[in-house]
Amino acid sequence: MSLAKRIIPCLDVDNGRVVKGVKFVEIRDAGDPVENARRYNLEGADELTFLDITASSDNRDTMAHVVEAVAREVFIPLTVGGGIRELSDVRRMLNVGADKISINTAAVFNPEFVARAADKFGSQCIVVAVDAKRVSAPGDAGRWEIFTHGGRKPTGIDVLEWVEKMDSYGAGEILLTSMDRDGTRIGFDNDLTRQVSRAVKVPVIASGGVGNLQHLADGILEGEADAVLAASIFHFGEFRISEAKAFMRALDIEVRDD
Amino acid sequence: MQTIAVVDYGMGNLRSVVNALEAVGDKRDRVLLTSDPQQLAQADRIVFPGQGAAGDCMRAIDEYGLREAIISAAASRPFLGICMGMQVLIDFSEENQGTECLGIFAGKVKYFGDGHKDQGGVKLKVPHMGWNRVTQVKKHPLWHSIDDGSRFYFVHSYYLEPQDPSLIAGTTDYGVSFASVIAKDNVFALQCHPEKSADCGLQLLRNFVHWDGQP
Repeated sequence: MSLAKRIIPCLDVDNGRVVKGVKFVEIRDAGDPVENARRYNLEGADELTFLDITASSDNRDTMAHVVEAVAREVFIPLTVGGGIRELSDVRRMLNVGADKISINTAAVFNPEFVARAADKFGSQCIVVAVDAKRVSAPGDAGRWEIFTHGGRKPTGIDVLEWVEKMDSYGAGEILLTSMDRDGTRIGFDNDLTRQVSRAVKVPVIASGGVGNLQHLADGILEGEADAVLAASIFHFGEFRISEAKAFMRALDIEVRDD
Repeated sequence: MQTIAVVDYGMGNLRSVVNALEAVGDKRDRVLLTSDPQQLAQADRIVFPGQGAAGDCMRAIDEYGLREAIISAAASRPFLGICMGMQVLIDFSEENQGTECLGIFAGKVKYFGDGHKDQGGVKLKVPHMGWNRVTQVKKHPLWHSIDDGSRFYFVHSYYLEPQDPSLIAGTTDYGVSFASVIAKDNVFALQCHPEKSADCGLQLLRNFVHWDGQP
């Protein structure tokens, strides 16, 4: 194998500003998306994900400007998500320089949207974001359902059936978030990640729950993820991307060297 | 002062390619995103990107009336093919139940396959997405200041198999060892995305904008 496992910092953007931005001394403005992106790029981030956390229509204009500014000087793949509902939203973000577009709620309410977007723009740029929550009793074999509205609303859709469907509809990648683990800092739900990763042919990004570097490595080794995404451990300056890579390399996980 | 034309036929994120060329070029260079065959004919060098499916790409090339302009540019000036812009230089792609391509080089484009595995039997995801190594198998000016085995960003499900192995300038392993870079005369084409490959990618583009087109 020589394909590297990817480490992806996620930046939450609200009204054009990174919330929970990097608190490094060399960053003057922790809320500036371009400064954050530049810093992560220097540290060796393999991609960047921008999540529009308010996703109102006004905010979408602002988000397009953010992506445009970042794409002008940071030359690694950029994923944009949050509030993508129409083909025109996808086109617009691609036109300003995004490489991949993450579709979440719109996919749940209208799965055909994923098929149409993949058909129109190519699977390589369509990421389906899946918010999964365990519904089986503790001790039972894992079963997870898709939840919407930040993990509050159940949909009754089985996660494994859903990701297979999204794979066949042309998703190029799955961004899998465990709503049980999100914000807990106790690690990914590796059981969930592994089952999803085995169910689909496309790459899977594990998300939700990272509190330390071992958790990132576990997502790869136990969860069989192709990439790992984290926000807070990088934002608050606890760990640098370069430290995460050194940690993973020491465990024989293949990462990009520079 | 030179004009670098990026061929725009409605396929994919061309903004990144333009951004990257502007970042590495001389301030007086003009980076022109164009669908106009006339402008392509006058440009000093050509970048031919592409994303999506081979069938759509070929259809778009013909709808934009760009087939002759692309073939003629590839025969005459420094020419850089990227991703789908590399694959369609060949005769034929397996994609979309078989697609006739531009036929500038002999060979075909093949699918990694469902159930793709590495040599040890481990499942490999398709698309091949992420940072993989490019082994330089032929000396070329576009490798200047780029270490052999450097990682570039890939995202593709099909790969190129040229009939003439002497075309191959770089190889990458993903279950199979495939031709990730080909080069002949004034043409250099890669499966990976230099515009998304951080410093190595920018160095390659810098080499391209200064290249005299001699291998």
